[in-house]
Amino acid sequence: MKVLVTVKRVIDYNVKVRVKSDNTDVDLANVKMAINPFCEIAVEEAVRLKEAGTATEIVAVSMGPKAAQEQLRTALALGADRAIHVETDEALESLTVAKMLAKIVDEEKPDLIVMGKQAIDSDNNQTGQMLAALSGMPQGTFASELKIEEGKALVTREVDGGLQTVALNMPAIVTTDLRLNEPRYASLPNIMKAKRKPLETKTPADLGVEVSARTKLLKVEPPAERSAGIKVDSVEQLVEKLKNEAKVI
Amino acid sequence: MAILVIAEHDNAVLKGSTLNAVTAASQMGDDIHMLVAGSGAQAVADAAAKVSGVAKVLLADAAAYEHQLAENVSLLVAELGKDYSHVVAPATTNGKNTLPRVAALLDVAQVSDIIRVESADTFVRPIYAGNAIATVQALDAIKVITVRTTGFDAAAAEGGSATVEAVAGSHDAAISAFVGEEVAVSDRPELTAADVIVSGGRGMGNGENFVLLENVADKLGAAVGASRAAVDAGFVPNDMQVGQTGKIVAPDLYIAVGISGAIQHLAGMKDSKVIVAINKDEEAPIFQVADYGLVADLFEVMPQLEAQL
Ligand SMILES: Cc1cc2nc3c(=O)[nH]c(=O)nc-3n(C[C@H](O)[C@H](O)[C@H](O)COP(=O)(O)OP(=O)(O)OC[C@H]3O[C@@H](n4cnc5c(N)ncnc54)[C@H](O)[C@@H]3O)c2cc1C
Ligand SMILES: Nc1ncnc2c1ncn2[C@@H]1O[C@H](COP(=O)(O)O)[C@@H](O)[C@H]1O
Repeated sequence: MKVLVTVKRVIDYNVKVRVKSDNTDVDLANVKMAINPFCEIAVEEAVRLKEAGTATEIVAVSMGPKAAQEQLRTALALGADRAIHVETDEALESLTVAKMLAKIVDEEKPDLIVMGKQAIDSDNNQTGQMLAALSGMPQGTFASELKIEEGKALVTREVDGGLQTVALNMPAIVTTDLRLNEPRYASLPNIMKAKRKPLETKTPADLGVEVSARTKLLKVEPPAERSAGIKVDSVEQLVEKLKNEAKVI
Repeated sequence: MAILVIAEHDNAVLKGSTLNAVTAASQMGDDIHMLVAGSGAQAVADAAAKVSGVAKVLLADAAAYEHQLAENVSLLVAELGKDYSHVVAPATTNGKNTLPRVAALLDVAQVSDIIRVESADTFVRPIYAGNAIATVQALDAIKVITVRTTGFDAAAAEGGSATVEAVAGSHDAAISAFVGEEVAVSDRPELTAADVIVSGGRGMGNGENFVLLENVADKLGAAVGASRAAVDAGFVPNDMQVGQTGKIVAPDLYIAVGISGAIQHLAGMKDSKVIVAINKDEEAPIFQVADYGLVADLFEVMPQLEAQL
């Protein structure tokens, strides 16, 4: 079984992003970047499938600037076999990413595609579902458990009311939620080995996809700041404040 | 052209989040239709017809829609959606699952999780875990939108008198199947609808200790929430997670107990009207957003709080 995983280069989740003073966007200059945490979970899941003998090959894909190759190297160090980088400096919307991925899926014909449920920069939560639509595949989004059984992907999904399990024909798309697994760290020898693993570079034009903007970012502002309130000394004082000052109980 | 709002329901009850989506839709235009896709969902359609501001209800009743499988429902919504200016759904796990599929089938962008409508094509949404607020113009002819329910008041559930029209036929992609579900049952209010929420984090130590929060919640008629760390540790189920990638809440009162206040948690609750933080570490970042902070051991003060309410 061949597994495709997607990894997006995003701001490190520990960094609190700042808005540029001209309100055109957020400021990513000199900010620490990393693999989107949900994509890390996707890579880990693929690696576990390979370790279990279910998967035979893992292909990692990333789209974006040249620097995204760092995240692909990390995916290779974690256990992916080879990588495809679609290089562009243009801003990519989820639909464009999905269209390019659909082309790669046509070429690579994976049996399973594992993606993050959400990129923590755009917070879109769209790309996996869009790729599934474009490729005519079923989707198991927000997965907390994945089993491959009798040619089907059994996916347990985290939904508002609890958990839901679906059975998907393959090829299928799975998007990861936090509880799917706990990603490992790349070991130093594996980081060294990853440098020699194949990494192919393409352009959107190679894939026949035009990078077009369907939305326009008009402005980006900082959120309304909450000012810190007061410290109370006791439960009595807290209850008194909630009753008489805030009037919420 | 009219606006199509996708109803959130369980084939029996129209969920409250739909009403917030109707309010958002009403700010984009004034001819609102609502789609109820389900199986045996006549009661939902009847409820939808009463929602103030809804002109027409489309009821697509077929076995293929029983479990809201995105593979099937998206085909239906994409077919109907061609004739609308906007397709709108609440940003529930259902809306998030289905709507991007619809957008791709229509070959248009989706604008996720909006908190404000500036005009028929311009929307405001948080990005980067709410650390930035973006104003986005959608350039496609059909706007596909999910609505963050905390951004909009609920439309009145009564007062409308829409017609209910049956949608003939059924779309069954036949590539996915529902296997089962584990639905959390609780007498407490739903997190996203509660006026008061008491949430616990890793500081709770274990799942049994959540009874300290439940006792306080009982006194306040509150829902109980949790941080990711508490869910990951297995203290409580996943549907209790509040945050960037869990549930977004904005109650009148949010009491965070043994929660440090990571940006991903704040993203899900910092629009609450009043925030109380109980934490033994006075440096915990949660105090930076709390209206009332109590630096104390939760095991000491939670029983006191229960007693004094
Ligand atoms: C991609 C991604 C998505 C995420 N999404 C979410 C999300 O949606 N929601 C979310 O919550 N997190 C999310 N997180 C996790 C987040 O970064 C934090 O790790 C998490 O919120 C921490 O939970 P916590 O505050 O319970 O635990 P900790 O950070 O460990 O804090 C525990 C707190 O309890 C206090 N404490 C301990 N014992 C006591 C006591 N006896 N009395 C009083 N106080 C005590 C401690 O002082 C401490 O402040 C996400 C992370 C990532 C990477
Ligand atoms: N530029 C990209 N390169 C690789 N994968 C991506 C890219 N954009 C989105 N994805 C994948 O799609 C998931 C969901 O992203 P989004 O829909 O933008 O929230 C991410 O977690 C990634 O797995």
